Amino acid sequence: MLVKLSINGEKHEADVEPRLLLVHMIREVLRLTGTHIGCDTTHCGACTILMDGRPVKSCTMFAVQAQGKQLMTVEGLEQGGKLHPLQEGFMAEHGLQCGYCTPGMLMTSYAFLKKHPSPTEDDIRWAISGNLCRCTGYVNIVKSVQYAAAKISQGGS
Amino acid sequence: MALRTSPEVGGMGHSIKRKEDPRFIRGRGTYVDDVQLPGMLYLDIVRSPHAHAKIIKIDTAKAMAVPGVLAGITGQDLAKYNLHWMPTLMSDTQMVLPVEKVMYQAQEVAAVLATSRYAAADGAAVVEVEYEPLPVVVDPRKALEPGAPVLRTDKKDKKDNHIWHWEWGDRTATDRAFGEAAVTVKEDIYLPRIHVASIETCGCIAHFDKVDGRLTVWMTTQAPHAIRTVFALVAGHVGLAEHKIRIVSPDIGGGFGGKVPVYPGYVIAVAASVLTGKPVKWIEDRMENLQADSFARDYHISAELAASKDGTLTALRIKTLADHGYTDAAANPSKFPAGLFHVCTGSYDLKAAHVEVDGAYTNKPPGGIAYRCSFRVTEAVHTIERMVDLMAHQLGVDPAEFRMKNFVKPEQFPYKSALGWEYDSGNYAGALKKAMDTIGYADLRREQAEKRKRGALMGIGISSFTEIVGAGPSKHFDILGIKMFDSCEIRIHPTGKAIARFGTKSQGQGHETTYAQILAEELGIPAADIQIEEGDTDTAPYGLGTYASRSTPVAGAAAAVAARKVRDKARKIAAHLLEAAEDDLVWEPGKFSVKGTPNKSKTIQDIAFAAYTNHPQGMEAGLEAVSYYDPPNLTYPFGSYICVVDVDSGTGEAKVRRFVAIDDCGNIINPMIVQGQVHGGLTMGLAPALFEEISYDEIGNIRGGSFIDYLLPTAVETPKWETGHTVTPSPHHPLGAKGVGESATVGAPAAIANAVVDALWHLGVRHIDIPITPAKVWKLLREKGVTE
Repeated sequence: MLVKLSINGEKHEADVEPRLLLVHMIREVLRLTGTHIGCDTTHCGACTILMDGRPVKSCTMFAVQAQGKQLMTVEGLEQGGKLHPLQEGFMAEHGLQCGYCTPGMLMTSYAFLKKHPSPTEDDIRWAISGNLCRCTGYVNIVKSVQYAAAKISQGGS
Repeated sequence: MALRTSPEVGGMGHSIKRKEDPRFIRGRGTYVDDVQLPGMLYLDIVRSPHAHAKIIKIDTAKAMAVPGVLAGITGQDLAKYNLHWMPTLMSDTQMVLPVEKVMYQAQEVAAVLATSRYAAADGAAVVEVEYEPLPVVVDPRKALEPGAPVLRTDKKDKKDNHIWHWEWGDRTATDRAFGEAAVTVKEDIYLPRIHVASIETCGCIAHFDKVDGRLTVWMTTQAPHAIRTVFALVAGHVGLAEHKIRIVSPDIGGGFGGKVPVYPGYVIAVAASVLTGKPVKWIEDRMENLQADSFARDYHISAELAASKDGTLTALRIKTLADHGYTDAAANPSKFPAGLFHVCTGSYDLKAAHVEVDGAYTNKPPGGIAYRCSFRVTEAVHTIERMVDLMAHQLGVDPAEFRMKNFVKPEQFPYKSALGWEYDSGNYAGALKKAMDTIGYADLRREQAEKRKRGALMGIGISSFTEIVGAGPSKHFDILGIKMFDSCEIRIHPTGKAIARFGTKSQGQGHETTYAQILAEELGIPAADIQIEEGDTDTAPYGLGTYASRSTPVAGAAAAVAARKVRDKARKIAAHLLEAAEDDLVWEPGKFSVKGTPNKSKTIQDIAFAAYTNHPQGMEAGLEAVSYYDPPNLTYPFGSYICVVDVDSGTGEAKVRRFVAIDDCGNIINPMIVQGQVHGGLTMGLAPALFEEISYDEIGNIRGGSFIDYLLPTAVETPKWETGHTVTPSPHHPLGAKGVGESATVGAPAAIANAVVDALWHLGVRHIDIPITPAKVWKLLREKGVTE
């Protein structure tokens, strides 16, 4: 089945099995391996990407469901050699350790900050509660998102 | 510790940003599943629905009919090469694929090799296995009863399910102390089976090149060198010699102990690649990871603590039953079947102690690995911290005051514990005092008393733990006979930049940053100019890997020693360049200068250049060194944690309101990273304290085999940790450092459990096993008539 989609602004098409999971298309067909797989039950959020601006867990969607959609993955955050404030924030606030959950955290936070530019700490904690991190204890992830929110509100992006 | 280098150099004590982050924040890390090789095949595994069953027949015909499926692999196939069983790290044996029977639910039964991930899964789904169910033994106590079905029928002379008995300490003195004690307390404490559940599961790509006979395995391993040797020992008879094996451990998505063992999937992938000559990828899914990979804990502990009339602790006596599943595949140093559980006298000056542990076989997955913990130290800490709290409450003494009275005092270090450890350093009262001041202990106690009058349930819990990490001194510590040293090799390039390689392997700890900082501290070369590499056995010096908080205590020490060797040679070159005597040179990080004439100096970069262009006659060119560091002792990080919980009397939910963690890991390499390690460790202490457990029903069905019911804490349940530290340097470590990655996992559960029991003590509650779920607390509240 032919799937046509756009990912990080680039158009792609591929002939795939109808049952191919979207995350496998992204990782193995399009070779964008920043999106990870951590569970098979939509709990961990390591596979989170944006579909038409909304965060979705790409391990529980078929590639064919992305027909005609605009996707964005972690590889699309950096623009013109400039890091997104969230990427800067995660580095500045030590919001990552092993890095495995990080792409999903970044994409969830990206969509969240678009809708909620001045969140409270509780808002952030709820927003990322569909993304599991085993290393950081979340405290510094929250700070990383706050860093980005502050930077964006000052016109950082 | 005073800073000795500028922020630009970035030696010890600087919170420099991590060198590994630029690739991770861009999604440019390389984890095992990201590696894709031309012509790669995929392996999927058929698993047992039964916990104990005889295999009558395995039929792969339907699987072979699936397009893309190339082969079905069974135990019979591996038996032709004598690869159907493998040894465990504890010298027991474990099945790679079964020939006669399965021993736990989700055990590997057969494998399917195919040209794609999906075809392999399709094939695995239609492999037909005929089983004859056998009686299942789930409870280790029942496993040891006379007449229990003997599980290990593969062991000819085995007549029961008892694995080993191990005891330590002075039984007579301990029994005498209990006889003389004015007060004793006793409690049964169960530390349930849990799983590290790193967000990346396990997997590998095995690639055997038939032309040159070389095997390369990219795999999720915390100990690549040890794995290479194990592979050579296990598969030497089929031609895999150690010089023909290369293990590459790429970026690892969390390890926590779960990526130390050799799992059957790795071995099957290697065998499949050797037979086909093609790269073979095996990546387990989350359910396979939770259901079949090594578990942690599962200790049934019975503990007694004795005190004199004035509240001085005198003796500790422990009996433990360790459920090892169907084989002892624990990852402990060889001489210690119960790990370092005998650090269980903790931070207290006890005169006598005796510990007994018995291992039992059951129909459960093998394991006994750590859960972000140095070999059974959480089990030890949880026991002593619960018991001390119980004793304090029993005596009606404030638990903080009681601890202060019974701590090993700073002047007693080095302190020989009743169970024979030599604690290197400590200031336990200092850490507890700081924790009490930070959280406002006295005010909290007043608030609690006031709330109790109104019927509100609030508890304050303390844990003043002592860790034991950095295994270990070669006299006592080995894995399969290989001594537990670790290594660093440094090469300084002519332009003054450097590369250093290590026998360890980071799984998120930030070694690329912290090792560079150690070298920056010792050599004055900016951390930014030092490349750190680990995880490739072809290039890194031999080491035992990263687990049990050993990287800083052992490999970090190796880095310092290797750097000092470099400096020794640099001094000779500097003397040559400055035409001065070596003794007349003074070192400060980054340069040698002539005593009394500080403007006459040579930087480390000048010296590096000279090492290749202008070295003294008779000296070999180059500037490099290697150290295989054998630690003289373990290190003993410690800390005091205080937790405040509010218990909802309607739902039974215990909510952590505040948690203050004061850690002492000696001198700190990077404060930002240390704090991050403590945050993560605390969250992996909270998790088993309140949420996580893997249990089994009476026929061995796993409960908690997916993230649907194995509950990892999210950002919502995790409190805002408050951290701080005291600094008591290790006297024997070259940098005075101790290791910190696991302290919080070890110390936190007891603080939380103590807080919940403290909240309910006045109702007559004496102990609650973790995880302290709302259901358990609600049941207790109902029994006590607090709720309906």
